[in-house]
Amino acid sequence: MGHTILLSVTILGSIGLASSVILYYISQKFKVYEDPRIDIIQHILPGANCGGCGFTGCRNFAEALIKAESLEGYNCPVGGENVMAEVAKILGKETFTTESRVAVVRCQGSYENCLRTSEYDGVKECIIVHKLYGGETDCQYGCLKYGDCVKSCLFDAMYMDEKTGLPVILDDKCTGCGACVKACPRNIIELRKKAKKDRKIFVSCVNTDKGALALKICKVACTGCNKCYKICEYDAITINNFLAYIDSFKCTLCRKCVTECPTGAIVEMNFPPRKTKSEAIQVPVKEE
Amino acid sequence: MKALKTFPNGGVHPPENKLTAACRIETLPPPESVIIPVAQHPGAPAIPTVKRGDKVLTGQLIAKAAGYFSANIHSSFSGTVSKIDSALDISGYKQTSIFITISGDEWIPETDRSNDLITEIKNTPEEIIQKIQDAGIVGLGGAAFPTHIKLKVPADKKCSLLIINGAECEPYLTSDHRLMLEKGSEIIIGTRIMMKALGVNRAIIAIENNKPDAISLLEELVKGDDDITVQPLKVKYPQGGEKQLIKAITGREVPSGGLPVDVGVVVQNAGTAFAVYEAVQKNKPLIERVVTVSGKSLKRPGNYMARIGTPVSSLIDAGGGLPEDAVKVIGGGPMMGKAISNLQVPVVKGMSGIVVFANGESGRIPYGQCIRCSKCIRVCPMNLEPYLLMTLAEKNLFERMEDEMVTDCMECGSCSYTCPAYRPLLDYIRLGKTTVLKMIREKNMK
Repeated sequence: MGHTILLSVTILGSIGLASSVILYYISQKFKVYEDPRIDIIQHILPGANCGGCGFTGCRNFAEALIKAESLEGYNCPVGGENVMAEVAKILGKETFTTESRVAVVRCQGSYENCLRTSEYDGVKECIIVHKLYGGETDCQYGCLKYGDCVKSCLFDAMYMDEKTGLPVILDDKCTGCGACVKACPRNIIELRKKAKKDRKIFVSCVNTDKGALALKICKVACTGCNKCYKICEYDAITINNFLAYIDSFKCTLCRKCVTECPTGAIVEMNFPPRKTKSEAIQVPVKEE
Repeated sequence: MKALKTFPNGGVHPPENKLTAACRIETLPPPESVIIPVAQHPGAPAIPTVKRGDKVLTGQLIAKAAGYFSANIHSSFSGTVSKIDSALDISGYKQTSIFITISGDEWIPETDRSNDLITEIKNTPEEIIQKIQDAGIVGLGGAAFPTHIKLKVPADKKCSLLIINGAECEPYLTSDHRLMLEKGSEIIIGTRIMMKALGVNRAIIAIENNKPDAISLLEELVKGDDDITVQPLKVKYPQGGEKQLIKAITGREVPSGGLPVDVGVVVQNAGTAFAVYEAVQKNKPLIERVVTVSGKSLKRPGNYMARIGTPVSSLIDAGGGLPEDAVKVIGGGPMMGKAISNLQVPVVKGMSGIVVFANGESGRIPYGQCIRCSKCIRVCPMNLEPYLLMTLAEKNLFERMEDEMVTDCMECGSCSYTCPAYRPLLDYIRLGKTTVLKMIREKNMK
């Protein structure tokens, strides 16, 4: 009895020993050197794997950061400045501050503003509807209201407003990763510079139809009337194809264009209420 | 009667509902104005050659082909160009279109408007192709591929057979059927013209067996000639698909990604053959086509000779007006056609029918999970796996879709039609197909 136990222990023990020697030899022979800093940096990164940095996941980004000569142009939109500063400290490289961005929805084609002219009965996905036809309203540029952007958001920073049918972005949760920008088949969502207190002014329309035509379809369309362009003192506004665009880097948030816009296509957000009541058309302020 | 032929794999049998098979082709009264889109073919949009305020005659060139896959566009009435602007068309998007206010029907002098049948083909093959190109003829079956390109056989390939497609496998549609009955002799001459252009000495007119009158009439017309024969086919959708028709008649299989000419065949629609006859023998550009207006709740369904640019609403008015219970209007047939979102969209070269569906006849049913019954695989005429392709598209695995040959899909809709779980297979496959085609284009650009 004791003999059998001894025998099996000896045999198994010797097999184990032999295998460990072989394994050790192989692991030394075929060793792949991996920079230990990759693990450290990956640990610092948020681990959302959102792709906002332009790489497929946080580990790939960490590898790219180590290989990079300078950190200019590399930014983790989720982690922001703090994470990038920490990464720079570990790598001993200079820090570059990248302006943090926030996504905005450039369409106000709610059920009220932009009337439905047909009924769609197929698969409820923006990308499929977009390939089929112009959508339930006559506006072939505006939001389709099926929420591909909300499905793409990894940070719960978006929801579909049931009243208007349009997506709403929660500024405090939005990391500016740009997943919704890629998901929107109509390029309605744009990443804009994040200003103090999340204040923003933008043209909330992407309709490039001629003015009268655009206004016929939607009450709050940009007609390209040039009024905002003329009043802007900072050259922040450009007009192309009957559509105004405000450069978020040049805009000083003076709010002059907002009151000037005759249709209410220019939207201000997160501003305190105005002191004097202006006679201009009331601009809808979206509240989160 | 000859033995019936059909393609071996796949296919479905939707109810035929050929309500208008006995209705003669009527000419539509002219509308007040026409909207003629400059992109009625798959290639680059034609470039307008007229400007606002110009007077145009019926048949006058108003937009010139831009590039190889493009086709000329002609005015369908005489009148004044009121504007050149964007207008909604059948695609559901706004396209550049030429608006013409109609003042009459004064034709260009070159066109022979008599009803005499001209049997003698005087032109050389080169002249024929040039005339077809000038007349802006595109495939009238639905895809609207420019005809002159199909007739130019590449130097390294040989074409030995012309197939005239009179299958008309789509339910409801009868435009080709009526055209074959009423303009049979013209279609035969059109076929001879295309045979001369291609340099082939054999043509087969393929007709599905649910049109016995057309089969017997055309057989009568080609009696004694051994160059053209009429081949009856079993009724099965999508027999009118180019590749299915070739497989049914010759047994040859067009290679994946290839063209029919790779197996020595060119397929043309029966309506195209008639248009070719008119263009070559009578110098008449393509400005009108037969459109079936059908639907179970429509008062007067019928076949109408409609000028290009006529609004769909005037065709529906001719059919007795839009019924009160109508929920959907489809441009084309019910299987491959497209719902129209606005009734002011114009009739284009590729629109073979308008089908009006009443409440309850059309509509989607909420879909469930795939039950792995493999019905979609059995009905797919291209031998694809629709259930797999849909799942891949849902998960955005477009590289896998390319490996699964999604680009072979011809979007016939047999899979969606047959699915017992009502899964929207074709919607997702179409999404995958366009994405894969875009990926391939981008790869080729690099």
